[in-house]
Amino acid sequence: MNSQHLVIDHVSMSFDTPKGEFKALDDVHMKIAEGEFITLIGHSGCGKSTVLNIVAGLLQASRGGIVLNGQEVSEPGPERAVVFQNHSLFPWLTTYQNVELGVKQVFKGKKTRAEMREWIEHNLEMVHMEHALDKRPDEISGGMKQRVGIARALAMQPEVLLMDEPFGALDALTRAHLQDSLMEIHAQLGNTVIMITHDVDEAVLLSDRIVMMTNGPAATIGEILEIKLDRPRDRIALSDDPTYNGYRHSVLEFLYEKQRKVEELGSRRTEKKPLPPSAEVA
Amino acid sequence: MKTLAVQAPEPAQFMTVAVRLFKLVGLPLIGVLAFLFLWNAGASRVDTSLGQFPGPTEVWEQSGNLYVEHQEQRAKAAAFYQRQDERNAAKLAENPDYVPKMRAYTGKPTFFDQIGTSLVTVMTGFVLATAIAVPIGIVIGLSQTLYAAINPLIQLFKPVSPLAWLPLVTMVVSAVYISDDPLVPKSFLNSMITVMLCCIWPTIVNTAVGVANVSQDHENVSRVLRLGPLTHVRKVVLPSSIPMVFTGLRLSLSIAWMVLIAAEMLAQNPGLGKFVWDEFQNGSSNSLGRIMVAVIAIGAIGFLLDRGMLLLQRLFSWDKQAKLR
Repeated sequence: MNSQHLVIDHVSMSFDTPKGEFKALDDVHMKIAEGEFITLIGHSGCGKSTVLNIVAGLLQASRGGIVLNGQEVSEPGPERAVVFQNHSLFPWLTTYQNVELGVKQVFKGKKTRAEMREWIEHNLEMVHMEHALDKRPDEISGGMKQRVGIARALAMQPEVLLMDEPFGALDALTRAHLQDSLMEIHAQLGNTVIMITHDVDEAVLLSDRIVMMTNGPAATIGEILEIKLDRPRDRIALSDDPTYNGYRHSVLEFLYEKQRKVEELGSRRTEKKPLPPSAEVA
Repeated sequence: MKTLAVQAPEPAQFMTVAVRLFKLVGLPLIGVLAFLFLWNAGASRVDTSLGQFPGPTEVWEQSGNLYVEHQEQRAKAAAFYQRQDERNAAKLAENPDYVPKMRAYTGKPTFFDQIGTSLVTVMTGFVLATAIAVPIGIVIGLSQTLYAAINPLIQLFKPVSPLAWLPLVTMVVSAVYISDDPLVPKSFLNSMITVMLCCIWPTIVNTAVGVANVSQDHENVSRVLRLGPLTHVRKVVLPSSIPMVFTGLRLSLSIAWMVLIAAEMLAQNPGLGKFVWDEFQNGSSNSLGRIMVAVIAIGAIGFLLDRGMLLLQRLFSWDKQAKLR
């Protein structure tokens, strides 16, 4: 396996603001192997999305850059497909047409009309949406929209799948379903995935490595936690697993002790904050 | 309890139906009746040099008269063409080399002819304005630079009244449009161009706003898909700005209709405006009633034009949930 498949090469990012330069990211550097599942976790405002957008090419790093298969990339492209947080389906197109738009771009001249049709349907089957080909986004539920968003990204046959909190807006049950689907798909296709999440359980369950980011400004990679759990992973079996809980503990420790976010409004309390029961970071 | 409720119609349910019916039909009816009453009461108190101001009954009579005049004119025209045909046939029978002369009937245009002329003029002006405004709107919506360059001009010309444009348009048309066998009369061009100049602005502005407000997420999707500029406009920008474009088009059409009447009146171009002016100059005891018929017709046609645009909007809009009114 190519361990230098995707390199985030010493990326720094500054924004010009009326108050002067704001340094969002400082020297983020990591190498990602082909087929690896990476999650980025950190408090709000730590620049996770900025990292993802730079990898996607939607933002340009102020310093450093992105190297995919030995080539520097600086523009967005379908080989780095993005699943957006709020699905971003076009409301005027049906499920099928939304996926088709990307497929037509990528496979123009490479697949016949019939092959494209088959490929689109295949991808929608993979996310279990084959029953709603002709529905428009406002006719299906939030979870279904996100599934279609994933199908649209997968149908472009991307080398890297970038997911910006894809399940953030969904309820816990739907989220669990989609996580299982995603693990299935990843096992089947072996894409490289970078996913942003706020959910510690989600991160441990899905990832090969969890990248924990320090608080901004000038955020960077704090720790990288390698998750050595066998695949396929089963959420029920793992809930009792001491290794799993150990990983979970490490992430929580990083987020709530080492990088505890000091709230500006509240009075600073000296005692330790108890861990929230849901283990979810706001 | 449940089965009971199904079997016997609930009195409460009947009441809600009655209330809804009243709101739908009753309230507008009450409004119209109250207006007719006030009109009638008010009209009988106003004496003009052309006689008493017409009340609803006089106006109703005049609308009947206008229709009868229209029928008579049609009959005269038909008779004229029949006579002409017979004369030509007779001459041809005498002399096979005779080239038949065909003349158009030159009767006075009736109220209904004027409505037709006005509608053709307004639609031509509006379609032309749309064909110019939508592309301009898209371009300045996409480019901040062009918007900055063109926006002051739009703001400057938007509030200009048709009456100010009309003399200029008339002079330019007379100077430029010279032809022995004109395709369309000059007067038609004058009104049409004036209408276009006045109604082009809302569509430009609204299209530009719609295009500039395409959501950042959709822009990003388009960039990730690497859609070409034309595909981007066709597949992302246009559908997303359709609601705003239609808002602009509806504003434009209602302005076009208002402007047209004024332009026809001032420039003596054929149409409803000229009808009103002619009746005013005519000054018979029926004139005010006939003008009032025109006023109501103008209002009704304006309303129908707007409903037509609304239907089109429903047809084109992807957002079937949107409340349109």
